[in-house]
Amino acid sequence: MFRLTCLLILFSLNVYSQDTMKTDLLKEVVIIHKRSLSDKTDKPLSSLDKYLEKSNMVNMVRRGAYAWEPYLNGMSAERSVVTIDGMRIYAACTDKMDPVTSYVDIMNLAKVNVHSGQSGSAGGSAIAGSIDLVRNKGVFGKKEMSGMLFTGFETNSRQQVIGGALTYSQPKVFTNLDFTYRHAGNYKAGGGGEVLYSQYSKYNVSAIAGYKVNEHSQLEASLIYDRAVNVGYPALTMDVGLARGVIASLAYIRHGWETKVYYNTIKHVMDDTKRPVVAIRMDMPGWSKTAGFYSSLKGSFKKHDWKANISGHYNKSLAEMTMYSNTPGEKDMFMLTWPGVLTYYGDVYGEDRYTLAKNWHVLVNGGVGVQDNVVDDHLGLESLKIFYPGMERSKVRVLKRLSTALNFTQAHVQYTLGVAYGERAPSVSEGYGYYLFNSFDRYDYIGNPEMKQEKSVSVNGAVFLHASKFSAKLSGSYFHLMDYIIGRPRPGLSVMTIGAAGVKIYEQLGYANIFNVGAEADYQFAGHFTWSNRVGYRRGSGEGVKNLPLIQPFTYSSGLAFGWKAFAADVNCNGAAAQDKYNAAFGEQALPGYAVLNLSASYKFSFGKQGLMVKTGAENLLDKKYTTFADWNRVPRMGRNVFVNLIWRY
Amino acid sequence: MNLLKSLLILISFSCIVSCSKKDDPVITNDPDGLTLVTTLTNDTHKIGLYTASGKLQTGYNEVYIQIKNIQGSNESNAGVTWTPLMHMMGMTHSCPASAITKQSNGIYKGYIVFQMAGTEDEYWDLTLNYTIGDATYTVTGTIAVSESAKRVVETFQGSDNIRYVLALVNPTKPAVAVNDISAVLYKMESMTSFVVVNDYTIKIDPRMTGMGNHTSPNNVDLTQGTGGMYYGKLSLTMTGYWKINLQLADATQAIVKGEAVTATNEGSSIYFELEF
Repeated sequence: MFRLTCLLILFSLNVYSQDTMKTDLLKEVVIIHKRSLSDKTDKPLSSLDKYLEKSNMVNMVRRGAYAWEPYLNGMSAERSVVTIDGMRIYAACTDKMDPVTSYVDIMNLAKVNVHSGQSGSAGGSAIAGSIDLVRNKGVFGKKEMSGMLFTGFETNSRQQVIGGALTYSQPKVFTNLDFTYRHAGNYKAGGGGEVLYSQYSKYNVSAIAGYKVNEHSQLEASLIYDRAVNVGYPALTMDVGLARGVIASLAYIRHGWETKVYYNTIKHVMDDTKRPVVAIRMDMPGWSKTAGFYSSLKGSFKKHDWKANISGHYNKSLAEMTMYSNTPGEKDMFMLTWPGVLTYYGDVYGEDRYTLAKNWHVLVNGGVGVQDNVVDDHLGLESLKIFYPGMERSKVRVLKRLSTALNFTQAHVQYTLGVAYGERAPSVSEGYGYYLFNSFDRYDYIGNPEMKQEKSVSVNGAVFLHASKFSAKLSGSYFHLMDYIIGRPRPGLSVMTIGAAGVKIYEQLGYANIFNVGAEADYQFAGHFTWSNRVGYRRGSGEGVKNLPLIQPFTYSSGLAFGWKAFAADVNCNGAAAQDKYNAAFGEQALPGYAVLNLSASYKFSFGKQGLMVKTGAENLLDKKYTTFADWNRVPRMGRNVFVNLIWRY
Repeated sequence: MNLLKSLLILISFSCIVSCSKKDDPVITNDPDGLTLVTTLTNDTHKIGLYTASGKLQTGYNEVYIQIKNIQGSNESNAGVTWTPLMHMMGMTHSCPASAITKQSNGIYKGYIVFQMAGTEDEYWDLTLNYTIGDATYTVTGTIAVSESAKRVVETFQGSDNIRYVLALVNPTKPAVAVNDISAVLYKMESMTSFVVVNDYTIKIDPRMTGMGNHTSPNNVDLTQGTGGMYYGKLSLTMTGYWKINLQLADATQAIVKGEAVTATNEGSSIYFELEF
């Protein structure tokens, strides 16, 4: 029995590595264990944000306890494309309170594919890379029903997680259904200080159904309904009453050919009703609706493995602000902060993996997107014309991308080296935002519709070594961005937000450079132990900007895991060196280094086909008060937190 | 919610319908888009005064005149002049008023800038002198002038000891946009004589006093253009209450009235107000 377990662990590790290696080393796969009774995860019911944070390519910028913003390769969310099963979604909040990743729950997902740069950029043009959230879905098979119930509790924020999942399969039908409810109060920082406005509640329901039309083809329909209410953002001046996403799709799959149509609608209600003292009361709701499709075909021909993809989508982003005057009788102040911006995007993409020789592969992929942005709302257009009198209503851009990589694979070693070129259009906020207050640098931001597209040339490389008990990976990337988009103070403009430091207009630096390096090493010893280590470092600077903001200093993580039969335990330490390469113009200050200690232990009980996993642990065991480079406004992170997760599988 | 909304719309609609029904004999006879303010009558003519709102208010008023003879037909070939006069307790004075021009539809048009509202004891009247053919007629009647809800006219003495009347003409429908702003500027030569001032500059600094004195970019000060009026550009970045701080500069660019808005000076002593 013991041997079998070991074998299983080894096997699963192998699968893990295989999967990572399959395409190229520029891709990172964050596996979300099938709600499983897995031992690799230190907290199975943790948030997606915490899972993503473990990837060396991703930093999560935190404005509170909920809805962290993924920074890929040290670059903000505008510079990457985040998709859910290939579907494009546009966030609806002008203050980045609702990244796409906030509209799913960890329970919906099987894995997350993280691509660096232009490799695997089927989702559309981007600079930093792409993140595709791959949902968990069933397969056709013999008639079977299985399910799980789970619950979790955390002491620090009194967080409760409760939910369940049901999987049903038949030879011609499968369905997946899951439901999660999370509710947390304010959390306490290390030392016990309560972080006000850090509460949240979230409901998430996800369903997928597949129907086998015939032996060649199948149909799949899916729906996610996600509703977060009463979400506090301690780093910001406002909170969220409601963030609601409805994400639906219908797909037709015929062997290697998949075609999907989708629609999603996001409603985001930002307000300050919970804040007792404000300069002026305001509401800032936002809406985003996206409809799109993609059709992708995979095939092999001689030494080629290729994929072709066409896609298109339409989005409308609208956000408004109403301020209620402190002078009785005065009319409300109203403006459009996103002036009803329409995005029409069409894209053609292709990739080919060509086998040069034994062990040698070359990967080439490229795409062209055509994007038209239209300011739909008359009031919005007239507002922006205050700043840009000659502005056109519509702006068409052609966005090109091309990437190539050379891969060498042998039994115990793998190398890859790639170069890529990519472009992106300014985001809705960067192009059309209207007096968007940034609480970090305390500036109001005005979009600039007349900017050129941002361009990037990048080099990526990675080395992967693995033996039976040892594996190590070293990866690095260097991005040279041209016409880098950044907000810069514009003297002479008057602030809109009471108390703001000034007004910034989005402008373009001649260039910016971002360098990323990461290393991971795992070592198994004494049969039951695995020692895992990870380090990462980034450096960003630009023309006239010594340090780009929100760039990760040297960070590290080292953990020792022990597994024996149904028992597993883990001790982990992670931390960062002091942050001395900060951007004061963005409101950053130097940060001291820190280290945090975590412990966890789990046990799996088996009752025939049923099983119960009990996992408990303590995060930040020493109750360290700390804040990191990724904490907006330097809001402190959570102090000591003891959690219990129970997962019952049947 | 939707039901409630539709119900509200229905109720307000029916209210409008029923309200307009009461007034409607007047409305149907009015020239397009205009509402009758008052009718001045003498032995020979009924003279209708019209404005867009049906009211005369302090500030700039575009006034339309329709002259009908006793038979009820339009006299569209008259030469008309007018004199508004304020009867105060101890004195009388006039106010700036334009020449009257004839429009193609047989209606006469001009504007009057009232510096103050009438009260029970102090009132405005309007005298019209007009000639049809060789005959000369006159009519005088009291007119009601109410106070504008917002400040749209400034009467002041400049540092050059001249008394000025400055009134906002446009925008009548301000929008979140770059608005065309226009104004008229008169100086008072005597109690009854006001003349257009030429070649001055009206400097504007729009502010939202409720928003930490927020201002907007790309405003253009008013300079003189067609018809002797002053024209400029006014940016309004959001709806709400705006205070348009003013400074009046003479032909040599010397400021004769008004102060710049600075960190220590919240507003000018002369200003217009807009709220939308």
